[in-house]
This record gives sequence, C-alpha cells and structure tokens, in this order.
Amino acid sequence: MITFDDVVKVYPGGGTAVDHVSLELPTGKLTVLVGPSGCGKTTSLRMINRMISPTSGRVLIDGKDIAGQDEALLRRGIGYVIQNAGLFPHRTVLDNVATVPVLLGKTRREARTAALGLLERVGLSEEFAKRYPAQLSGGQQQRVGVARALAADPPVMLMDEPFSAVDPVVREQLHREFLRLQQDLGKTIAMVTHDIDEAIKLGDVVAIFRQGGVLAQVATPQELLVAPADDFVAEFVGRDRGIRSLSFDTAAELPVAALPDDLVLDEAGRPSGWRSGSQVLPTGGTFTSSDSLRLVTDLAITSPVGTAVRVNGDGKADGVVRHHDLADYLAARRAS
Amino acid sequence: MITYLSNNSEIIWAALRQHIALALIPVVLGFLLALPIGYLGVRFPWLYHPLVNVAGVLYSIPSLALFVFLPVVLGTKILSPLNIVVALTIYTVALLARTVADGLRSVDRLVTESATAMGYRRFRRLIDVELPVALPVILAGLRVATVSNISLVSVGALIGIGGLGQLFTRGFQLFYIQPILVGIILSVLLAGVADLIIVLIQRAVTPWTRFQGGRA
Repeated sequence: MITFDDVVKVYPGGGTAVDHVSLELPTGKLTVLVGPSGCGKTTSLRMINRMISPTSGRVLIDGKDIAGQDEALLRRGIGYVIQNAGLFPHRTVLDNVATVPVLLGKTRREARTAALGLLERVGLSEEFAKRYPAQLSGGQQQRVGVARALAADPPVMLMDEPFSAVDPVVREQLHREFLRLQQDLGKTIAMVTHDIDEAIKLGDVVAIFRQGGVLAQVATPQELLVAPADDFVAEFVGRDRGIRSLSFDTAAELPVAALPDDLVLDEAGRPSGWRSGSQVLPTGGTFTSSDSLRLVTDLAITSPVGTAVRVNGDGKADGVVRHHDLADYLAARRAS
Repeated sequence: MITYLSNNSEIIWAALRQHIALALIPVVLGFLLALPIGYLGVRFPWLYHPLVNVAGVLYSIPSLALFVFLPVVLGTKILSPLNIVVALTIYTVALLARTVADGLRSVDRLVTESATAMGYRRFRRLIDVELPVALPVILAGLRVATVSNISLVSVGALIGIGGLGQLFTRGFQLFYIQPILVGIILSVLLAGVADLIIVLIQRAVTPWTRFQGGRA
C-alpha cells in the first residue's frame, strides 16, 4: 500500500502543486490519478519514488516512510513507465529491458535471458530484441517501456501518461493487454493520466484532483459515474454518466421474457432476425448474461423492434428484453 | 619528385612521425580534459555561458602567438615541442569542452529522467547513459579538433618544430617546390586518414545512430 499522509508541495516560486493530500493506494490495485493540467497529479506520482520531495507530510510504502530510504535503491524497487517510454536510444530493446536487473547486480547474460521472457509477455516477438528504439513504432516502444518497468519484478509501479503518445487504435489494444497483464501480476500501480475515460476504464480506484493540487474525490469508477462528489467532478467525468455507468453492471440479474413468435431462429436455435411482414430484419447483435447492461441498452435501442435478444453459451436464443422492461429494471435498480 | 622522396625519405619520415605525435597527443589530452570541463558546464548551468565565452576567446588566439608566448609562461625553451603540445591541447580543450557540454545538453530530458527513475546514481548515469547518447555530437567535435590540430602543427615550423611544416620552410628557403608539395600532400593525407579512423570508430561505437530519423 502506498500512503500519502497530509502531503504538501509548494514550489519556490510560490505555487502550491499539492495541497494537503491524504490518499491510500491499495496493494495489488491500479489507482489512477487524474485531473486537469496543473492539478498536482504528476507531482504526486513523482513523490512516490522521490523524484520530487514533499514540502511537508509523508509518503509511505507499506507503512515505511520513504524519506529515510536511499533514493537510488528505492527507485530500483519501483517500476517506472513514462510517456513516450523514455527508452535509451543507444541500447537495444533487450538491453533496455535488462537495465534495472543489471543495476541490481545481475550479470548481463542473466538479465538478458530474463528480458527475453518479458518481451514475450508484453507481446513482442524475439525478433525485436536486437533492434534499437528508433526502429520501433510508438506502440512497440511503449510495450518495451512496460517490459523494462517490470524487469526486476517490482511490487510497485508508477506510470506517467503511459498510453497518451500513441494513436487511439493502438491505445485501445495496449489498454486491453495491460489490463490482462495486471490481472496476472497484481502490482500496486499508480498511474497518471489527463484522460478521464482512460481512468474509468483502467482504474480500480480513481483519484480526481482539481486545480491547486486538491483531491476532489477518491472512488471506484462506478461510484464516480453514479455519485460524483460535486459539480467539478460531475463536469470532469463528463456527459453520458448514466449510460457509461451501465458498463460496470452485468445483465446477470436482468429478467428476460420468453422468445416471441416473430423472432426467427435457425435450425440450431440461434437467432437470425425479426420477421416483419414478408421480410426478415437483422437482430443487430445479441448478449449473454455476462455482458454489460450498457450493451443490452444499446441493443434494445438499435434493434428494429426495440428488443434485445439474449443467447446462452452455445449461441442459442433463450430470452428477450424489451425497451420498457429494461427501463423498469433500471428504475427499480436506481430506487434500491 | 621520386628522387627527392628517395633521397630524403628519412627526413620525411621523421617529419611525419613528429607531425602525428604533435597533433594527436594534444587531441587525446584535450579530450580527456574537455570531458570533465564540459560536464561542469552542464551540471552547473550558470557555468555554461562563461565556459563557451572563455573557450571562444582561447580558440581565437593566433597559434603563432601562443607558440611564442607559452615558453614565457611555462619556462620552457622556445624550441621545446612541449610548447606546441600545450598550445594545441588548449585549442582542443576550447573546441571540445563546448562540444561535450552541447552533446550532454542534447540528451533528451525524458531519457535522463527515466534513467534516474530507474535507480541510476548521478555518476553511473553519466557514464552509462548520458555520455553514450551524447557520443555522436562529441565525436563530430573530435573530428574537427583532430583535423584542425593536424593543420596547426605546421605553423610550429616557423619556430623550428612543426612536423611536416618543416618541409614547407625548407622548400621556401631553398626555392624548391618538391618538399612543399610532399608536405602538403602528406598533411592532407594525414588529416584524411585521421578523420576516416574517427568515422570508423564512430560507426563501431554508435551503431544505433544509423536508425535515427527514420522508423523501420
């Protein structure tokens, strides 16, 4: 666990970057620090590995004040991923990844062997090992950056806008892979971003900062969408909060109606369309009970007959949800 | 020409050897001195501009004046090769200190920052990361310094020691073109070969620069 205990950072020019922040980043979870520029999120992140020292207050990792620890040794135990990856241009991909193990006293050979395994872990084949950073795309560089941060298997990782320099398609892919990786590894991660959608998508916990380095709200992504603490958070989280919050609930408890007559099934029982007069309209997609309420809502809205079709694991239709049933369910859920 | 070469081969060889020593010893000394001086100009940013200015002034002193003036300061004999070595070392430092500082300053801030964040201490970061990344800039400066030294050594002939430059003074004294031609050709060849060697070294130690600029 990383703990901020009443941390203040005032810069010599007089600006207050971080204003009495107390915050706990739970072990094994991804905590996202998010906010507009100049809100102190990056300053806070950098206080965790002593790149910046607080003016007052303490930062603790697993209960130990980091102020008394040797800076370099502390940092070798904390993975660090930076925007644009910050890779060493003069070192091959493999040697970039091997950096921290070598600093920790491993032989180059040992470190390189381990680095090869890590490259595979972040989705880069062996052929990239001997390349230099300038020979990689932005997304590939970012993967190397993540591999380099993981190389010494640190329990804590800091990520400073790790995905903001790549295009949206690549970012989407990196998000998916990163979430899968984190599911396996369970690192204690602090990530900074200015992108609230990224924060909601990746974070287990989201800490929203406002201008002047003040914490506005610390909550799970769902709580942020459903119950923003104030107007600033509501505005920062943005429009469509209601719809977006449906992403966090599955359709497991959503009651379904029996299959209506106008639903066309193929011989295997899979839905193939809606009968309408002499023609058959497409279903536009189906959902399973593990899909999100957001998907169900979307299907109901876009369906030509205002009805979403549920299928089981084999793809067989086993129930439908109509517009008004969905509305009733959401209203009842809100009331409870 | 051939006759001249065969009759004077010993003199020419001696001149060439002296020329190489007088030009390259200062390159090595100057480079070693310029590294810490240039680093200071980066470590303490307020030192950078004074450093650049002093270097500029030193480099603008005419070489002949320095050759003649140094014995007074150093207490050396006017004909001592040490004067040439010291003078050229000063020029090399003046050129390279700025190059080293500029090279180190050119290292991407994100690169030094991520090195620090990964747990490099200052000195090891300098040796393992900053200097290697700055090497292309520094080696480019080294090429200029080397070629410049090779041409400056000849000026030393005017005070009696100047490697191949002695062939020029001899030729002028005798109104005889051959030694002058040989001196010019060997100087140019020497400069070319020295430059080529540095380029080859640069290729060997900075293989990554070939990929800069374009992404594969």
